[in-house]
Amino acid sequence: MLAARVIMDQGVEVEGVNFFTGFCVEGHTHAIREKKRIKPKRNNALWVAEQLGIKLHIIDVIEEYKDVLLNPKHGYGANLNPCLDCKVFMVKKAVALGLTGEGGFMTRHSFDFIITGEVIGQRPMSQRKDTMPVIASESGADDLLLRPLCARLLPATRPEREGWVDREALYDFNGRNRKPQIALARSLGFSDWSQPAGGCCFLTDIQYSAKLADLWEARGSREYELDDVMLLKVGRHIRPAPHFKLIVGRELGENRYLEGYRNTFTSLYPTSHNGPLCLIDGEPTAADLILAARVLARYSQGKTSDSVTVHIDRLDGTSEELAVVPLPAQEIQQSWHVGA
Amino acid sequence: MSALESLDARGLLCPLPVIRTQDRIKNLQPGELLEVVATDPGTMQDIPAWCRVHGHELVTEETVDNESGEGLVYRFEIRVNA
Ligand code: SF4
Repeated sequence: MLAARVIMDQGVEVEGVNFFTGFCVEGHTHAIREKKRIKPKRNNALWVAEQLGIKLHIIDVIEEYKDVLLNPKHGYGANLNPCLDCKVFMVKKAVALGLTGEGGFMTRHSFDFIITGEVIGQRPMSQRKDTMPVIASESGADDLLLRPLCARLLPATRPEREGWVDREALYDFNGRNRKPQIALARSLGFSDWSQPAGGCCFLTDIQYSAKLADLWEARGSREYELDDVMLLKVGRHIRPAPHFKLIVGRELGENRYLEGYRNTFTSLYPTSHNGPLCLIDGEPTAADLILAARVLARYSQGKTSDSVTVHIDRLDGTSEELAVVPLPAQEIQQSWHVGA
Repeated sequence: MSALESLDARGLLCPLPVIRTQDRIKNLQPGELLEVVATDPGTMQDIPAWCRVHGHELVTEETVDNESGEGLVYRFEIRVNA
């Protein structure tokens, strides 16, 4: 946001591009969970574009991103976040969009250069002085990649050398201290300026990464679909055995979201008491389903009752009602909770 | 006036409804109308914001209670800008 504004203030026309990998924190989590919605739900990138008065193109890169996540040349960060490869990919994609005009990008003028809001030293993996040139060269943007917020600490890029922008009016922000950026934001008149200090996607989240690793291990393959990665953001994931796990809704919004998957998963819900919806991922046996029903009963309002009736819809179209005793809390082993 | 084109974004979570809308509008002519139906409440914020950012006119914005028990459906009509 700041980088764009700094460049716009130099009279350069800017358009924004935002990539949707499926792991982005923005949007759906807010949409799924109903509680704790303190701030109004909004797409942050769109909001920023509106504040700046620029166009924003949101690009679906779900498929292409799989290769970035599964085969990162530069490896992972603290969790399953392939930040450096991810940045290279995104800048490369931005170059391609600017050149081809795909997605209606930069329709009125062809693009001259690319800017990012990176700051040296702000993120351990991808925003280091030695990785900045890696992003520029591997993406093919080379010296058309300008980082207005730390440009003065980096060699002059073509936009600076050619005088398209004034290098002297760019910044030399460095490190994790965000005070200079906050001061700049204030001076530019942004009152509601917030950017996540952590990562921009779920892959930097330790619990999320644990669920993803668990899914890959259980399947014996690292293939994934959008639905898989979306479901990892929802509900409690409980794996009593390697071949199946339960996804139990934690509140109304999650239950409603899980409803949408009832024709692709075996599903369970209590009928004698109020309680969540549960999906079963994997290949449960009849005994496994009884166990699942007992676990689910533990999360229903009948958790202290002697008997809870659970309705089961199987994928083959058959269904049944089971009366079960809720599993005692101490029998739900800590190790069953994936990523918790 | 009825919408010429319709986009079913039900079941999709943001930002996918916005991405699909953006992709559809790319192939429409200025002045044409696109109807978008979605179930993610986030679209109530995101679709209007996206229209404002791109200068498209949001002609209709309504919440319909779906009889089939699917819950609320959000319906938009967007006129492509010139
Ligand atoms: S945190 Fe950001 S840079 Fe890192 S992998 Fe996620 S989207 Fe990419």
